[in-house]
Amino acid sequence: MLTEILVWAIFLLPVASFLLIGLVIRPLGPAFAKSAGYVTILALGIGFILSVWLLRSHAHGAVYDFAPYLWLNLGPAAIEFGLLLDPLTNVMLVVVTGVSLMVQIYSMGYMDGDESFARYFAYMSLFSASMIGLVLAVNIVQMYVFWELVGLSSYLLIGFWHDRPAAAAAAKKAFIITRIGDVGFLLAIIYLFFQADTFAAHGLNALHIPHIWEAAAPVAAGGAGIVAGGALLWLCLGLFAGAAGKSGQFPLHTWLPDAMEGPTPVSALIHAATMVAAGVFLVGRFFPVFAESETAMMVVALIGAFTAVFAATMGLAANDIKRVMAYSTVSQLGYMMAALGVGAYNAALFHLFTHAFFKALLFLGAGSVNHAAGTFNMMYMGGLRKAMPGTYILTVIGALSLVGIFPLAGFWSKDEILLESWLAHGPVPASISVLVFAMLLVGVLLTAFYSYRMVHLTFHGEFRGGGERELHDTEASGQPAPTGVSHHVHLGESPLVMLIPMGLLGVSAVIAGWLANPIGVSSFLGIPSHWLTDYFASGLHDGHHAPPFNIAIAVISNAVAVAGIGLAVLTYAWPRPFTTSEPLSKGGPLHTLLAQRYYMDDLYEGVIVGRVFYRAVAAITDWIDRNIVDGMVGMVGWISRNIGSLLALAQNGQVQTYPLIAAAGGLLIIVLYLALG
Amino acid sequence: MSLESLLIVAAIIFCIGLYGALARRNFIAVLMSVELMFNGVNLTLVALGRYVAPYAVQEQLSAVFTGQVFAVFIITVAAAEIALGLGIVFAVFRSNESVDLTDAATLRH
Repeated sequence: MLTEILVWAIFLLPVASFLLIGLVIRPLGPAFAKSAGYVTILALGIGFILSVWLLRSHAHGAVYDFAPYLWLNLGPAAIEFGLLLDPLTNVMLVVVTGVSLMVQIYSMGYMDGDESFARYFAYMSLFSASMIGLVLAVNIVQMYVFWELVGLSSYLLIGFWHDRPAAAAAAKKAFIITRIGDVGFLLAIIYLFFQADTFAAHGLNALHIPHIWEAAAPVAAGGAGIVAGGALLWLCLGLFAGAAGKSGQFPLHTWLPDAMEGPTPVSALIHAATMVAAGVFLVGRFFPVFAESETAMMVVALIGAFTAVFAATMGLAANDIKRVMAYSTVSQLGYMMAALGVGAYNAALFHLFTHAFFKALLFLGAGSVNHAAGTFNMMYMGGLRKAMPGTYILTVIGALSLVGIFPLAGFWSKDEILLESWLAHGPVPASISVLVFAMLLVGVLLTAFYSYRMVHLTFHGEFRGGGERELHDTEASGQPAPTGVSHHVHLGESPLVMLIPMGLLGVSAVIAGWLANPIGVSSFLGIPSHWLTDYFASGLHDGHHAPPFNIAIAVISNAVAVAGIGLAVLTYAWPRPFTTSEPLSKGGPLHTLLAQRYYMDDLYEGVIVGRVFYRAVAAITDWIDRNIVDGMVGMVGWISRNIGSLLALAQNGQVQTYPLIAAAGGLLIIVLYLALG
Repeated sequence: MSLESLLIVAAIIFCIGLYGALARRNFIAVLMSVELMFNGVNLTLVALGRYVAPYAVQEQLSAVFTGQVFAVFIITVAAAEIALGLGIVFAVFRSNESVDLTDAATLRH
């Protein structure tokens, strides 16, 4: 019982922190704002220690099987609140609390002096609590509640600087686009709810997640086989729609680059490490269900692989350092989805794990750069290597890890994904799996290219003036001043409160991959071979084990990555170093296509919203509203008005007509009485 | 004098009153006709009180004069009504300078 309280504490501490900051610290005023940060860090620090303890004790064989609490009993389907402690949850808890803790410490420095300091930490606590609640949930409705709560906190944090129109618009966009995907998730829940009687006949609860796994497994495999065939496919596609919205998968990816309008630590925590990974988590959570439907797996694999390449190409042409990161995040999430699709459950989650660290590190590096240069536009950066060596080294580590260079964390996880898609042991056909492998390899090349481009434009060469110059240039060209760009340029290293968390994430970005230890060493620093991936696999019934390390795939992926870096060096550094004009813009229309994000924002906002919805759908419904709905209301009024005027004819004001009618009526009664007796 | 003849006379008076009330245009004449109708009814009440009630309520002699008492009440109420009606006639005459009922039609819809 004590341990159950400790597990709940991981969730309840940030909740308490949110309430404390929101109800007590923030009303006390700016003098006490600093304590909001300490409260959040304390809550997440304890949460992190508890999460590590939980992971350790669970990995060493402790069994946690806590009965859920009844929340709402809806006939055969009970909505419960409970804990689902499996390897996936435990690792996610460590990632969420660990990255969140680092980001909160960094925020103490980054957000220093912001007038809404306490509000920021209140939202961050709310987000952390929701995310922890999401990974702990045992019931699909409980999960959905927290799923929407992370969406809400994401909305609040993207629009944190709500006086900037771009931030307010980005927050709305993120909320609405993820909501489109959530409709699929909700439909999946509703479908399950209507199957509750069938589930109950097998002694299962249709909303209890482990029961859903059991229901999807065929009878031959010891399951209940309730959900199968077309229904199973649609259930999976519904869940995947929700996951695609949250994880920014094509075609619902457009909100994520815009979400960079929020404060940078928010981008690091929510839009790189944790919330956007919730989509991958969702598919991972229902992996036993997806695994039963080959078509669903193919959809997941192909959309994931396509997104991985598609987003990476847009990353080539972005000039905002955070947008490059955002496309990179979308692309890496595509890797994870593709891995899930080809059946490499543990490789996908392993990549989620390593990606959280190096991508959070890269974002914090971008924030650090912004602190010095006053802008996020890489065209006005350059040469920051000398001014901020710590940030430079850490960003390079993060970028190399992202590219997947041996022996950094990103290498191990990405290599495992490539290997498993090449081996094609999953439920999808081998040809699809190999196609996914090829697309992911192209993704590696593009990732290497835009990563070097990002590092080069930011840190190498000569400084190009920062925010001051950008404001000057935009003013000169008569454009409106970009938001979030500051005149304040001071080239120098960021404070230690920002560098230390980056350093810790940097260490994780180097060593996190070794937790899996894929090279045939039986034990590395006491960690058994393939420890993390096997631990993930132990959460599945048919315990899929990671394939042995394959040197050929590793060499190929590294060679492709180095080739990508080499191409980027040839483009930006040598023989003609980058000065002010973008060499890629020689690509002409192709570069414009990438820089305009394939015109997908224009398609959504101009064509779908503007033309289809506003002019067609809205025009039709407007016509129906005006003519049919309003018409019926008007008709009722018209009828009573005309009956009224008919009756008014009797009210002619001639006093004698009234008794005449009364007398005629009386006479009629008498005649009737006499006639009918 | 039988009950029937009394009732016939009462009905004739009532009908003359009704005709006058419906057909005359002069406000005062209408009021007088309404008075005739009242009295037709009064005559009915007294006649029925005299001929029918004693047989109906043989035991309770105090209830025998119900019809006659009603008639006295109606005469009183009719006097009050005529006073009110004349007040209205005066008011209408002041604004219309006529006592023609068909002219007093300004309160219609």
